[in-house]
Amino acid sequence: MAAPIESPGRVAPPGRGGVGDSPVRPDGTLKVAGAFAFASDLGIDGMLWGATLRSPHPRARIVSLDVGPALAVPGVRAVLTHEDVPGSRHFGIDGLADQPVLAIGEVRHQGEPVALAAADHPETARRALAAIAVEYEVLEPVTDVRAVIADPEGNRVQPLGGITRYQPVRVGDVAAARAEAEVVVSGEFEVGMQDQAFLGPEAGLAIPAEDGGIELLVSTQWLHNDLKQIAPCLGLPEDRVHMTLAGVGGAFGGREDLSMQIHAGMLALHTGRPVKMSYNRYESFFGHVHRHPASMRYEYGATADGRLLYADVEIVLDGGAYTSSTLNVTGNAASLGVGPYEIPNIRIDAYGVYTNNPPCGAMRGFGAVQACFAYEAMMDRLAAACGLTPLEVRRRNAVSQGSRLATGQVIDSPAPLAEMLTRLEEMPLPPAADTSDLRNLPGGVSQTTHGEGVVRGVGYGVGIKNICFSEGFDDYSTARVRLEVIGGAATALVHTAAAEVGQGLVTVQEQIVRTELGVRRVTVAPADTRVGDAGSSSASRQSYMSGGAVKAACEAVRGVLLERAAARFGHRDLSLSDGKVVSRAAGVLASVEDVLGDEAVEETREFRHRPTQRMDPVTGQGDSHSQLALCVHRAVVDVDTELGLVKVVEMAAVQDVGRILNRTALEGQIHGGSAQGLGLALMEEIVVEDGVVRNPSFTDYLIPTILDMPPMRLDILEYPDPAAPYGLRGAGEPPTLSSTPAIVAAVRDATGKALDRVPVRPEHLVA
Amino acid sequence: MDFLRPLTWQDALAAKAARPGAVPIQGGTDVMVEINFGSAARRPEALLDLNPVRELAGHEELPDGTLRVGAGVPYVRLIAELGDRLPGLAQASRTVGSPQIRNRGTAGGNLGAASPAGDCHPPLLACGAVVEAESAARGTRLIPAADFYTGVKRNALEPDELIRAIRIAPASGPQYFAKIGTRNAMVIAVCSFAIALHPRERRVGTGIGSAAPTPLRATAAEEYLSTELDWEGRGPLPDAVARRFGEFVREAAAPIDDVRGTAGYRRHALAVLARRTLTWAWNDHRAARKEVS
Repeated sequence: MAAPIESPGRVAPPGRGGVGDSPVRPDGTLKVAGAFAFASDLGIDGMLWGATLRSPHPRARIVSLDVGPALAVPGVRAVLTHEDVPGSRHFGIDGLADQPVLAIGEVRHQGEPVALAAADHPETARRALAAIAVEYEVLEPVTDVRAVIADPEGNRVQPLGGITRYQPVRVGDVAAARAEAEVVVSGEFEVGMQDQAFLGPEAGLAIPAEDGGIELLVSTQWLHNDLKQIAPCLGLPEDRVHMTLAGVGGAFGGREDLSMQIHAGMLALHTGRPVKMSYNRYESFFGHVHRHPASMRYEYGATADGRLLYADVEIVLDGGAYTSSTLNVTGNAASLGVGPYEIPNIRIDAYGVYTNNPPCGAMRGFGAVQACFAYEAMMDRLAAACGLTPLEVRRRNAVSQGSRLATGQVIDSPAPLAEMLTRLEEMPLPPAADTSDLRNLPGGVSQTTHGEGVVRGVGYGVGIKNICFSEGFDDYSTARVRLEVIGGAATALVHTAAAEVGQGLVTVQEQIVRTELGVRRVTVAPADTRVGDAGSSSASRQSYMSGGAVKAACEAVRGVLLERAAARFGHRDLSLSDGKVVSRAAGVLASVEDVLGDEAVEETREFRHRPTQRMDPVTGQGDSHSQLALCVHRAVVDVDTELGLVKVVEMAAVQDVGRILNRTALEGQIHGGSAQGLGLALMEEIVVEDGVVRNPSFTDYLIPTILDMPPMRLDILEYPDPAAPYGLRGAGEPPTLSSTPAIVAAVRDATGKALDRVPVRPEHLVA
Repeated sequence: MDFLRPLTWQDALAAKAARPGAVPIQGGTDVMVEINFGSAARRPEALLDLNPVRELAGHEELPDGTLRVGAGVPYVRLIAELGDRLPGLAQASRTVGSPQIRNRGTAGGNLGAASPAGDCHPPLLACGAVVEAESAARGTRLIPAADFYTGVKRNALEPDELIRAIRIAPASGPQYFAKIGTRNAMVIAVCSFAIALHPRERRVGTGIGSAAPTPLRATAAEEYLSTELDWEGRGPLPDAVARRFGEFVREAAAPIDDVRGTAGYRRHALAVLARRTLTWAWNDHRAARKEVS
């Protein structure tokens, strides 16, 4: 068992809004009441409206482009093309600047931005776009990922090539193991293109600044990484790009890449006026990257009693036209390609490739989701081949603390997978559906059945996700904490650039400050770039990283404060307790306010997790991850086997989170992640044909409603990770992984169908 | 794009006569989505907002017992106020969107849009409803639902006509509506089916949605049941009859493959829905006899 970790409870008594409590989040009531100001609600006097002309074709040469007719539209203030980009004409999220700010002579995916307009009214801006004359020479798009792997040169869609990253993993001797295997199972699996489907479309406001720079209020996940991409393209030094986080309506990875930031900045600098851009839902589907679709081939060999001997795996991820996050998504798919199971011989070939399909990048689960669907289907196939239950075959192969991952990395903190599976097994099953209410049946009030054809199924899923950034990235966060007396009361200000995207980080930051400094009044400053980099609100990392930075800054503030008290009172055995400075020997010495007086204490700290290594490019070996997190799901479904309609009756989950910081927020994350996984299992897919999106709207891109998402049974474990602040383990992504395979396994159980593709569609179930 | 907002029915008819290109809004849950979807170039020259027209918001019983339902009665009121007399239409209304959409959307708007996937169409066909259209120039015209749908999102209205009401007889027998969607609420029909038993006439009405360029009746299926069902004795429904009925319905459909589903699945699902809804309706019919005796 891990070494005991520092207990925060010694400073903040429970029930005071500290770590472990569930104080109400400040944005909750506003959002429910429709009163929260999202980025799309921003406005300022004299602002113009920007709009983006996008390519209708997945691949075409731009023969000619005439903005003259658009400029002639009354009320139009600017029409810009790539020739008007003030600085670098390309940007990119992971250091590879391969994405044009505006298309240069060629478009490589449907929806690629071609030109911009700014006008007095949004409708005028749209008319200006319609007046821009673009002549395209339409080219045959490259859309087949396996064709790209077979002939990367011949299917090169952009200068960086056909294959974005090839990452092999080699452990042991697969050929020798294959000769020994008593049981061999195999499968080919596909994952469709999922969308983040955040409810607040891309929006923001760019305001020319007095210093000749630009003020940007935008909805993003990572202010500083935006800044690093925006400044060179606008031809500005980074210190003249001032960024503030606007109200974010969900992110899920879809706001890691830039959308309207550079465009609005260009229009504002060009016109000298504030410019607002706000996508509608249709444009949003083209305004951000999606989850990589995957095509996967798996073969497992095992002993007759179900112990895995080898895995032979190929994973191909379609990254679309530009690099975005494909390098790291491919790395995750490779390193986590066989999940949390001990397998002595492994061969994984993971590819990320360029095509003319919509660009794909970060989405909750980030490369681990796709592989999880495949490896969990394989575990069920192995169970069936060996005559074992799905839970037993998983337990027999489960990792635990001390196990090696496919990368050779030793899991050095608790990984209680076997216990989690047993806990899942011991949970009671839900009763048969009450069919007197149609809402309990597949199809709901659409009344496709009164019970006819309905069969129950139960399935399980296991997932493992890396937490924080991996593969050698210098991952850190910065926090500034200021403690001063305001209106007679000690008040803490916490300032980071960490993006609150709906996950509840603002509340967690407050809780940490209350716990560490023992004060009740905490203000969280708006996230902006006046403070150091916080890293992204992704990879389930902000409680760990920005939480860690806030904790470190608080400890520094506390140190200064206690030094002052020590100098004044002559005691060195001091601590803070509930707003008082306390000496172990002499008891309460003074209030925090007394010690502070008129002099504020302010400290800024950077926090880093332990360093990681790049995967070896030939063997895939290396300690590439900082922290790993497990979640397991059981899904119970009722399937109308004649019509192929599914009602998920219940989902149960067991997740180890190391330490619960805020139970309400945590449960929300597990519910939400499970719902997003349900969506991928049963309905969510951007349907792409020949590079063209067929369903760019919430009319036909379906996400689960409250009648699709069942009640959940949660069992949250707290095995602390000694390397992490408070022992916590990132929690946002893991439930997204395991819910999908659990639901599909349950549907397989009910129907007997193989179901090697998600989302499962009704026609797959009745074929 | 002009926005016309007449407050009375006469003003609405006059506005439509003066601006035949104006697109009526009766709720707006379809029109506004279309406008948000479309490019600036595809926007209508004008919108004619019928929501404030009070005459359209009521329903009444005509001397012959027929219900006359104003085009502006929202789904939520169809369910609450007319569900006992128009169960098929009420069931279809209940499948529309979310509570917010049902508060706003109307059967009149559904008819105006004439989408093959509109949820009201199958029960209107199965019940033999009649659309009451009106123009300033020519007055009232009655159009049977079966003649109303002329193509994908096209209907039989003249450019100067508006829908005043739907005339529909109260149910004289069991009615059911069933709709396939790939989620359990708030979903556009992959395909849908309505059935209405008319025991006095020894006839069954049907309506198929989202499985052809227009909503349509499965007339061969209706004729088959008229002769095959044991109207007099109210005997049990033979499984073979239910299955054959399903096959007739399947054959009546002319679906396509699209992003919501395949043609093959739609045909299959219609056969299942037809069989199931007929079984429910016939069982209700038999049970009703027992209650009487």
